[in-house]
Amino acid sequence: MSWNDVVTLLPELYLTGAICVLLLLDAFSGARHRAAVHWLSMLVLVVTALLVVAGHHTNPVTAFNGMYISDTLAEILKLFALLSVALVFVYGESYLCERKVAIGEFHTLMLFGLLGIMLLVSAGNLVMVYLGVELVTLSSYALVALDRDSPRSTEAAMKYFVLGALASGLLLYGMSMLYGATGTLDLTGIASTLPFTPHHTLAVFGLVFLITGIAFKFGAAPFHMWLPDVYEGSPTPVTAFVASAPKLAAVGMALRLLDLGLMPLAPYWREMLAVLAVASLAIGSLVAIVQTNLKRMLAYSTIGHMGFLFLGLSAGTAFGNAAAVFYAIVYTLMSTAAFGVILALSRAGFEADKIDDLRGLNQRSPWFAGMMALVMFSFGGVPPLLGFFAKLLVLQAAIEAHMLWLAIVGAVAAIISLFYYLRVVKVMYFDKPADDSTLSISSDASLRWVLSLNALSLLVLGVFWGPLLDWCMRAFVG
Amino acid sequence: MTHWPFLSLLIWVSILGAVPVLLAGDRRPRLARWLALLVALLTLAINLAMLPGFSDATAAMQFTESHLWIRALNVHYALGVDGIAMALILLTTITTVLVIIGAWEAIKTRVHQYMAAMLILQGFMIGVFAATDALLFYVFFEAQLIPMFILIGVWGGPRRVYASIKFFLYTFLGSIFMLVGLIYLYSRAGTFDIAALQALPLGMDAQTWLFFAFLLAFAVKIPMVPVHTWLPDAHVEAPTGGSVVLAAVMLKIGAYGLIRFALPITPDAAQHYAWLVIGLSLIAVIYIGFVALVQEDMKKLVAYSSIAHMGFVTLGLFIVFMLIRSQQGDAAELGMQGAMVQMISHGFVSGALFSCIGVMYDRMHTRQIKDYGGLAKVMPWFAAFMVFFAMANVGLPGTSGFVGEFMVILASFAANPWLALLAAFTLVIGAGYTLWLVKRVVWGEPPNAHVAAMPDINAREALVLAVFAAFVLAIGIWPEPLVRMLDAPVGQLVQTLGHSKL
Repeated sequence: MSWNDVVTLLPELYLTGAICVLLLLDAFSGARHRAAVHWLSMLVLVVTALLVVAGHHTNPVTAFNGMYISDTLAEILKLFALLSVALVFVYGESYLCERKVAIGEFHTLMLFGLLGIMLLVSAGNLVMVYLGVELVTLSSYALVALDRDSPRSTEAAMKYFVLGALASGLLLYGMSMLYGATGTLDLTGIASTLPFTPHHTLAVFGLVFLITGIAFKFGAAPFHMWLPDVYEGSPTPVTAFVASAPKLAAVGMALRLLDLGLMPLAPYWREMLAVLAVASLAIGSLVAIVQTNLKRMLAYSTIGHMGFLFLGLSAGTAFGNAAAVFYAIVYTLMSTAAFGVILALSRAGFEADKIDDLRGLNQRSPWFAGMMALVMFSFGGVPPLLGFFAKLLVLQAAIEAHMLWLAIVGAVAAIISLFYYLRVVKVMYFDKPADDSTLSISSDASLRWVLSLNALSLLVLGVFWGPLLDWCMRAFVG
Repeated sequence: MTHWPFLSLLIWVSILGAVPVLLAGDRRPRLARWLALLVALLTLAINLAMLPGFSDATAAMQFTESHLWIRALNVHYALGVDGIAMALILLTTITTVLVIIGAWEAIKTRVHQYMAAMLILQGFMIGVFAATDALLFYVFFEAQLIPMFILIGVWGGPRRVYASIKFFLYTFLGSIFMLVGLIYLYSRAGTFDIAALQALPLGMDAQTWLFFAFLLAFAVKIPMVPVHTWLPDAHVEAPTGGSVVLAAVMLKIGAYGLIRFALPITPDAAQHYAWLVIGLSLIAVIYIGFVALVQEDMKKLVAYSSIAHMGFVTLGLFIVFMLIRSQQGDAAELGMQGAMVQMISHGFVSGALFSCIGVMYDRMHTRQIKDYGGLAKVMPWFAAFMVFFAMANVGLPGTSGFVGEFMVILASFAANPWLALLAAFTLVIGAGYTLWLVKRVVWGEPPNAHVAAMPDINAREALVLAVFAAFVLAIGIWPEPLVRMLDAPVGQLVQTLGHSKL
């Protein structure tokens, strides 16, 4: 361990220390200082983001003998993960306060999850990947069960835990086989050894398990069973977290494992990802149609979006990877905004998580109805919103990788899924409110402003999406 | 003056003009109306200011602008117009002003949102006609669905939800495959520049796939048989303004897309499958004409009549291939020009007819033909306009409806007299359903006291109808300026279509 290693790892080290301080502060300061925890957490996020930016290198830097990689890819994913966690903090605060859910634990667990994400996207070694994955998922299990008096929350956490433990086991099993085949845990080492290994079949066998683990993290079909229950059962701020930053981590994990470590096996994993993409697109677009619960509908919509993201990954090209990262970032922005609207509408005793709860929103709050409409059209991939350009890029990646059939499947799924996004707009704009009770939009000014900026960014970035794409491209073409 | 970014101004004045209209809010509908009218008039003024600088001697793009939009993909924010696009943009800006005046009293709830949606829609439609980059075109092409969806869904009739979602999904269904086609073209050409795509050599297989992707996208929009079923629903349920814009401008976008993409990019596939499109066009002209005959809802009747008239447009566009094959270049130009004149003319005539129906609907709140009668007695001024537009719809010489149809029939005759005979059927059927409509609605005795008490059109309504009438008459009597505007680009297009890409 050298001084350089420590400096490279500074954002993560700082975050770890800060979380411990916050944990102690929360435990000993009592209920009066709960607001302080919120603002301190925000401060921690800002400082971490500054450290990530300050640690910028034009060329990739490794630390701890290749365990940890700091490059443009890690930087992009970390910054957007930090951003999405900050958004969730802002959106979730009043919700948690109103319901008297432990706010201190919420913040520290989220930050631990974030730490896992940051380690995962910087992983250069199978052990590091596993460490990151476990840190994210263990924090998520606890977060899902945060509202411990709610049976649905507990049930969701239980399901998540059982399936998640199984997926972790499979992932670990696959890693052990890869180790057996190549004799190293280092990802670049694996990539250089694989072409010459006599245990080719063993490596491919291990790959299958790795893909399973990755697909579980994404929530791609057929490993999506946990997703709808977790989305529906968790307190909404937790859903907003589960639906955003971990997807960035998943794309980082997939790129580290597949693009960095297993490139020699690309013909195998490209096909596997294509199959997963088709399954996810089908499940995501068809099953969402019959949902009446908005959070559950968004869960199936997530599955569909992960299918689109796999279109980019399965191309296996630099452009495809950039398109997948772009998609993950766009998805995160859309997803946080969608849950932000749900959180803005909910109040004590009213979750606003049914599609019907949005009935006639345009008459009650034209502004937030407009924001939600932006998010829904963006989800559906209608230009000029950002979601369209994300879809455009992954379709292009698939076509350029000579997978025209996959692009056509994606196009069909886009049409079908558009229906249920349009239904949300229809409910808000075309239907009359269910009752005359005044709809209280959260009075939290920071929520209103940040949410508006978040949703408008989908429109603004839809016009100026070039820089974001350039940034993503830089991660892969130098 | 000619260096000004006129096209950008047109698009963005219209779109950004919607912001103050929205800010006027629900409580100040008067302000919202006046602001919207101001923005629409401003766009029209900008458009008219372009005319002196516009040269109809060249087929090249004019008022061009090009800025790099996305460096990584070589996408440009590139605009430009030739005569075809210019004529359609003029149609758009004129129609929007009339629609906003027409909705002055008809729209009572959430006026600011209605007016803003209309202005945003106008901006997107102008963008479609002005874009010279395929991705930019696609963005505008799809984006216009959002305001139209809201217009039909919020201010529409009882089955508006069904109609609006059907409208959106149908169009999206067609266009997403076009997107796949465009990306494929991009992967071959490395650019989305439409002129470069038109020059790209393509094999027959690729051309066939691309042709059908384009045809699906634009056939839905035109709409052609058998993908026309969304149109009667959308028209019937849309508010008057929505119907007018839909019929006058949005349908033309489909034909415009064929002219810009399907014909020049895949000329050999289009040549090979011209029989299919000609066949579908004749079905539209004859069969849909009969369907229109039995309608009991006035809006549905005019909607079906729109499909039949747009059949003439596609007929004119694809008869060109038969004429090129038999070396009749002049007749080919005539057919294509006829198709375009028909597009513009149909824009004014159908817009006017929907406005007429809107006038009646505002008074009686019904669109059923049987609820009306004897309007000539109670609303003489209105009846005069209605009869005039009906005559234009029939294609009476002296009105704009005659010019385009006559040119297309002449061209068809040069290709094959039997085709011309079938196409000319429209004159009979069109006269049948239109005149029968007039007979039942305008002539006779008022069937009930409500109809007998209907007040005649006021000055505002008269203004809208008079402007429509002026254009219908002007194009009918003196089509020369319009034809001259279209001449150069049409000539060039026919020339391009004559050269095989194989």
